[in-house]
Amino acid sequence: MAEIRMEGLVKTYPGGTERATDDVSLDVADGEFVVLLGPSGCGKTTLLRMLAGLEFPDAGKITIGGEDVTYRAPQDRNLSMVFQSYAVFPHRTVRANIGFGLAMRKVPAAQIAQKVAWAAELLQLTPYLDRYPAKLSGGQRQRVAVARAIVMDADVLLMDEPLSNLDALLRLSFRAELKKIVQDLGTTTVYVTHDQGEALSLGDRVAVMRTGRIVQLGDPLEVYDRPADTFVGGFLGSPPMNFLPATVHDGQLSVAGHARPAPAHLQGHSGDLVVGVRAEHIGISGINDTDGTNGIEARVDVVEPTGSAVLLTTSVGAGPGPAVLKVSAPPTFRARPGDTVRLDLAPDALRYYDAETQLALEP
Amino acid sequence: MTKSLDTGVPAGTEPTASGPADVDRAPLRRHRRNRALIQLGCIAVTLFMALPLYLVALAAFTSRSALDRFPLSLLPTDLSTETIGRFLASTGILASLGNSLIVGFGALVLSTVVGVPAAYALARYAFRGKDSYQLFLLFTRALPIVVLSVPLAQLFLSAGIYDTTYAVILLHGALALPTTILITASVFVSVPVDVEEAARVFGCTPAQAFRHVVAPMALPGIAAASIFTFVLSWNEVLGASILTLNRRTLPAQVLTSLNESPLAYRFAGGFALVVPALLFIAVMRRWLTNMWGTTIR
Ligand SMILES: Nc1ncnc2c1ncn2[C@@H]1O[C@H](COP(=O)(O)OP(=O)(O)O)[C@@H](O)[C@H]1O
Ligand SMILES: [Mg+2]
Repeated sequence: MAEIRMEGLVKTYPGGTERATDDVSLDVADGEFVVLLGPSGCGKTTLLRMLAGLEFPDAGKITIGGEDVTYRAPQDRNLSMVFQSYAVFPHRTVRANIGFGLAMRKVPAAQIAQKVAWAAELLQLTPYLDRYPAKLSGGQRQRVAVARAIVMDADVLLMDEPLSNLDALLRLSFRAELKKIVQDLGTTTVYVTHDQGEALSLGDRVAVMRTGRIVQLGDPLEVYDRPADTFVGGFLGSPPMNFLPATVHDGQLSVAGHARPAPAHLQGHSGDLVVGVRAEHIGISGINDTDGTNGIEARVDVVEPTGSAVLLTTSVGAGPGPAVLKVSAPPTFRARPGDTVRLDLAPDALRYYDAETQLALEP
Repeated sequence: MTKSLDTGVPAGTEPTASGPADVDRAPLRRHRRNRALIQLGCIAVTLFMALPLYLVALAAFTSRSALDRFPLSLLPTDLSTETIGRFLASTGILASLGNSLIVGFGALVLSTVVGVPAAYALARYAFRGKDSYQLFLLFTRALPIVVLSVPLAQLFLSAGIYDTTYAVILLHGALALPTTILITASVFVSVPVDVEEAARVFGCTPAQAFRHVVAPMALPGIAAASIFTFVLSWNEVLGASILTLNRRTLPAQVLTSLNESPLAYRFAGGFALVVPALLFIAVMRRWLTNMWGTTIR
């Protein structure tokens, strides 16, 4: 077990014009679970591969447990990894696959057998130990890949989208299992995913990446609740955060034709900005309900019951470009396309972003 | 063969008589007819290949007197080891059989040791001149063996290895190199880089990763290439005849004595030429097609 420190990692692939990672610095504490989250192509895998030693940075430094490993070979870093494609060895049995790393380290056979039995038990692979991977399902192969990684007692565990090839149901159940296993192991873990749900549910901290840079680093709820810019807000959450154009004038904030006093930290501000609000923070009531007098009127376009809620796509304001708002209503809420509803934006759920830079305007 | 052509309707799922009566069975009948036709085709091709082998073997194991009889029996009625025995006992045959085996395996080792690393480099790395290198590889095969052998004979004479098995091994190894490289390279390409990287992460040096993971996964390709090399060497006559005088390989030996030998010996010679190559292929077949509980991917 060890802490990881990445400093100013720059990597440009040969023949590439853009930097795959652009001056990334990130510290991962001993035993911490950090998730790298971002859209495809933002450099998550590149960062992970530099940690693993499968790729060398052009500039920057990586230390693991205080040792400089920047240019060390993968086998000299004492880490283990779960690959997106599983990368199990097809010519070896499940047993030999799981024990591979230990066998390479010349661990005594009895000890390997004991470790393999433990991991197989943990991942429900015991009945399959003597099979070849070709005779396993995708989920089972994934378990083999995880078992192979956890028997190593490595300093660092790296995972590159380990769940992305599983079907939705399996992904959910295995996600919870994985969380428990890694928690019990207490190994320092860096986990790469493009799935925001996975990131929020697994990570102690989440690092959101975009075009080779970390744009926000924080614990999952903070990242979800206070996105550092509109990109993060739009990437996290399902549905993503709603964004509405707004203006501030003379201490008055006007959103979708609805004026209210601006919050304290925007009092000095004047001009255009962007307001972000999560679907579940928007109150909704029927147009004839008497209490909703100060809400924004909106037209319902699409109604999607999800079981636990009803997701409404509404448009606010008339004219050529009405703003679209996704609203998560209670499951009992009834509406039909074409209905008019009243939306209530709770002031403390609103986030404010600069119209130019898209960066959060913090209090 | 027929198994892989199966269209995937598993046995035992055919509709039973108790099912609904109005099922359209025409597609099923067509499916069965196509399957029967394919099997027929396979049998025809097999016969085409096997019949000459059978006739050669039959003649080799028939006594000379029986061979001259008319009409010739196509069934193994009177077998005798007289012909093949005499053939094997004649001067130079056993020695040349030994030479052929030495040369065959020598060429195999040489082309594998040189060719597999080259193939790996072709498959894994981008380097300057890669395409021209691949083209250049095939040039050895573009030159007729005779053209190649005469200057080689001179070279080997001055190097003092003329009329040795080494000379022939060098020639055959070089001739087999292009196919070895191209066949194994295409298999290395199909070994996922991920799997190799996993081996690295789990403690292998590059050489260990190759030995423990990449090479076993490329085994079918290496087996195919080695069959190619061995059979090429086993059948190659011209170069072997030019580069040797006394240490002839089997085909070269048979060829030189062909004109003076009676018909029966020719059959025996043919049989002796075919069998070792067939045995070799039969042994290598195991690695060629059977991979860890699956058929080849
Ligand atoms: N082997 C490579 N050669 C050249 N460019 C690459 C290579 N791998 C990735 N890239 C580029 O680097 C960027 C980051 O890729 P990657 O780290 O794989 O992203 P992610 O894992 O976040 O999807 C992408 O623009 C991608 O096209
Ligand atoms: Mg990736």
